[in-house]
Amino acid sequence: MQLTVWTYEGPPHVGAMRIATAMKGVHFVLHAPQGDTYADLLFTMIERRGARPPVTYTTFQARDLGTDTAEIFKTAARDAFDRFDPDLMLVGASCTAELIQDDPGGLARALNLPVPTITLELPSYQKKENWGAAETFYQIVRGLATEAPAPKAEGAKPSCNILGATALGFRHRDDVIEITRLLNTMGIEVNVAAPMGATADDIRRLPQADFNVVLYPEIADTAARWLERQYGQKAVRTIPMGFQATCEFVREVAALAGVDPEPVLAQHGSHMPWWARSVDSNYLTGKRVFVFGDATHAMAAARVAKEELGFEVVGLGCYNREFARDVRACAAELGLEALITDDYLLVEETIAALQPELVLGTQMERHIAKRLGVPCAVISAPVHVQDFPARYAPVMGFEGANVLFDTWVHPLVMGLEEHLLTMFREDFEFNDAAGPSHLGGHAKVEAASRPLPEPESIPVAAQVATQETITVLNWSPEATKELSKIPFFVRGKAKRNTERYAAEQGLETISIEALYDAKSHFAR
Amino acid sequence: MSDAVTLTSPANESRPVLRERGQREVFCGLTGIVWLHRKIQDAFFLVVGSRTCAHLIQSAAGVMVFAEPRFATAIMEERDLAGLVDANEELDRVVDRLLSRRPDIKLLFLVGSCPSEVIKLDLSRAAERLSKKHSPSVRVLNYSGSGIETTFTQGEDACLVAMIPEAPVASEDAPASLLVVGTLPDIVEDQFSRLFKQLGIGPVAFFPPRNSQSIPSIGPNTKFLLAQPFLGETARALIERGAQHLPALFPFGAEGTTHWLKAAADAFGIPELHFLAVVAPGRERAKRALAAQKEHLAGKSIFFFPDSQMEPSLARFLSRELDMKLIEVGTPYLNRQLLSAEMEYLPETVTLSEGQDVDRQLDRCRAAKPDLVVCGMGLANPLEMEGISTKWSIELVFSPVHGFDCAGDLAGLFARPLYRRSVLKV
Repeated sequence: MQLTVWTYEGPPHVGAMRIATAMKGVHFVLHAPQGDTYADLLFTMIERRGARPPVTYTTFQARDLGTDTAEIFKTAARDAFDRFDPDLMLVGASCTAELIQDDPGGLARALNLPVPTITLELPSYQKKENWGAAETFYQIVRGLATEAPAPKAEGAKPSCNILGATALGFRHRDDVIEITRLLNTMGIEVNVAAPMGATADDIRRLPQADFNVVLYPEIADTAARWLERQYGQKAVRTIPMGFQATCEFVREVAALAGVDPEPVLAQHGSHMPWWARSVDSNYLTGKRVFVFGDATHAMAAARVAKEELGFEVVGLGCYNREFARDVRACAAELGLEALITDDYLLVEETIAALQPELVLGTQMERHIAKRLGVPCAVISAPVHVQDFPARYAPVMGFEGANVLFDTWVHPLVMGLEEHLLTMFREDFEFNDAAGPSHLGGHAKVEAASRPLPEPESIPVAAQVATQETITVLNWSPEATKELSKIPFFVRGKAKRNTERYAAEQGLETISIEALYDAKSHFAR
Repeated sequence: MSDAVTLTSPANESRPVLRERGQREVFCGLTGIVWLHRKIQDAFFLVVGSRTCAHLIQSAAGVMVFAEPRFATAIMEERDLAGLVDANEELDRVVDRLLSRRPDIKLLFLVGSCPSEVIKLDLSRAAERLSKKHSPSVRVLNYSGSGIETTFTQGEDACLVAMIPEAPVASEDAPASLLVVGTLPDIVEDQFSRLFKQLGIGPVAFFPPRNSQSIPSIGPNTKFLLAQPFLGETARALIERGAQHLPALFPFGAEGTTHWLKAAADAFGIPELHFLAVVAPGRERAKRALAAQKEHLAGKSIFFFPDSQMEPSLARFLSRELDMKLIEVGTPYLNRQLLSAEMEYLPETVTLSEGQDVDRQLDRCRAAKPDLVVCGMGLANPLEMEGISTKWSIELVFSPVHGFDCAGDLAGLFARPLYRRSVLKV
């Protein structure tokens, strides 16, 4: 048993739902108890879908157990077919139905439906959402893409498939548009984009493309490997997230398609490289960033953070173990040990201990950061309604690089403001408790007589850090007061460094001198 | 002085009810944890279940509630099922870790789920064992919030039933006391407390309590009012403890609240004139607040999908106090005994339905073209996309809606979607 407060991933059948919901003309009959229909709201509320997910649940109850749950499944499957008239049926079981072993696959076959019916084995007690999505997509591709491609017509344009976009994905909608445009500009046709928007017939046409672009390995890697084995379709695995990665992606695609990458690279149109070099971005240098998310987004974000914004990556991790090896390697290159865990509490402890100046994470980390008073930008699923912006906001391709710059820089205190906050700590309305001046919703500035913080009152961020790190050290009241004069965005780091220094030096009490000794000791 | 109030005795209700058996688009009882964990401030809810259970609770509130939650899930894994490890030992380990993290917890609920029920994990024995182990600092109780046994608000019913044995026994010669049963927002409790005090009814206690150390005592002189219509099992358990149920309309709207308070006033022998004098100001305020909302709601038709069991009571309120036209009132479970007073007040023309076959119900709903549909979050946006205004039902469980001073707000929850549709030009 695993004690869980918040989960990064749902169960595998939710992954299967993400595939079914992303596609067209597919219906999923899920053997599941009453209550599992909650999953519909992920799609209708978080993603604001205007149609119910194409899922029929059997919603059996206790009184049905041991009597006729199999019959309930057959009735539900037959009714769903009659009502929704799909081109492809998926059948499977959620965690509880897995235990009662009704064999949805066998029951569905007995119905002799006139459309392909794919049985999903979704081991709920071993696997999670991303695995369920990958397995579902793989089974659909394997089940339908059975015909070898017709010989290519003379002079036909090179073509590829874009694989991996699903419902409830982080910016999948816009990434697919952006990458399709990029490929089209290079003179490459997109044969099929799947699963998002694809029909059963589209899946049958997958083998006709020259190669595959795997945008989301968490979802499409298994299927892409099978297509490669079966039809020799090569896969582009560079994730075009960030300016450099997008350039590399263009070169890799160009090599496979036999086209010239240079015209596209010469006219990329991205503001990001200049924005990063622009002198006002100097203050971004060396900002300490903690990166966590799914493996694909976390690794890409770490590179962008370091090489394209000049941040210092102080922590990197992912919640999906399937790609742990890649993340470990990526972290090692940054001189870090990767945090591979789906334990929210451990991630929280790590962030509190590292005291970063910016967190790039999921909605989970956004809340951790909020609690610790650290700025945060979201880079990965699990998603929230805010991750489905009304505007066009890809994170991949050249426009995606622009979006990343804006999104990550926005939560930070701006350069000159940072200096002013440092110089005039005691200004009653322009101080760090008021938060970055371009962001609303911070602590209200009270009357002009607002008292200075008491020496004892250390902000929450520092308190948490104290609990999590070294708690035995005593701060003298003067040193505590001095610490409170350090702006909030570096205060945590200063406190942590000072305590580390004091522990190393065997100091019992931290004085003002110790604070400044530590500062010079850790000076970079 | 306004009109006198009389309690009608329920006639033998024999109206036809449409019973359906099919896909039920409803939450399971685990969802109740979302409000219960905030109500009882030193209690913690540990679901013994699957990843689905954990995912449900964090998704159910529509947004994730990220304040340090007083709930968690012990997620069962392959080896727990395969018998490689004793599930009970694992559970003990998880509870130890949890309690060491949260030493402030005084009451721990082990909450059963679909998978724990199907594999017949005996949580009542586990609760007994763990209670002994962690006594006296922590009391451990259990109930089931599984979807195979409970629908949405029935989770609270099951939780309250589990707490009743913890209530001290009030002796036979204890003075009469009033118990208000069902989770109410703190502000509503305070509003009712003031009214009961003015009426001269007391002592009054609320159940569940805000703190597990103050579970009210229950005995033969305890008279109880249900604040929520979904507490059938709790009512039964209280009656078994000797307490007396005071049947009434539920306290939604001016009429429901007056009727509900009147049931208590009669049981405590409060003179009619005094009762009328005390309730008059609140009732007038409620009526004034309702008049403002009535503009948007009168004559509009409404269709309820089943959700919380509050539907018949809310429908009665909307029909009688706001002149809305009821088309269909669905409820997951129709407790005829608790709702007998409500049923009397529902118009003959309404279709009452119990259970669900969601696709057929959607067919009926589309055919009826109601002005407003009350439904769960899985259905709301799809219906909006079809041009039908909706009110998500979960908000009715999460907002202060009881009593005189919330009557206007309750009506406002129904009026807002209609008003919004009328102002939007996109």
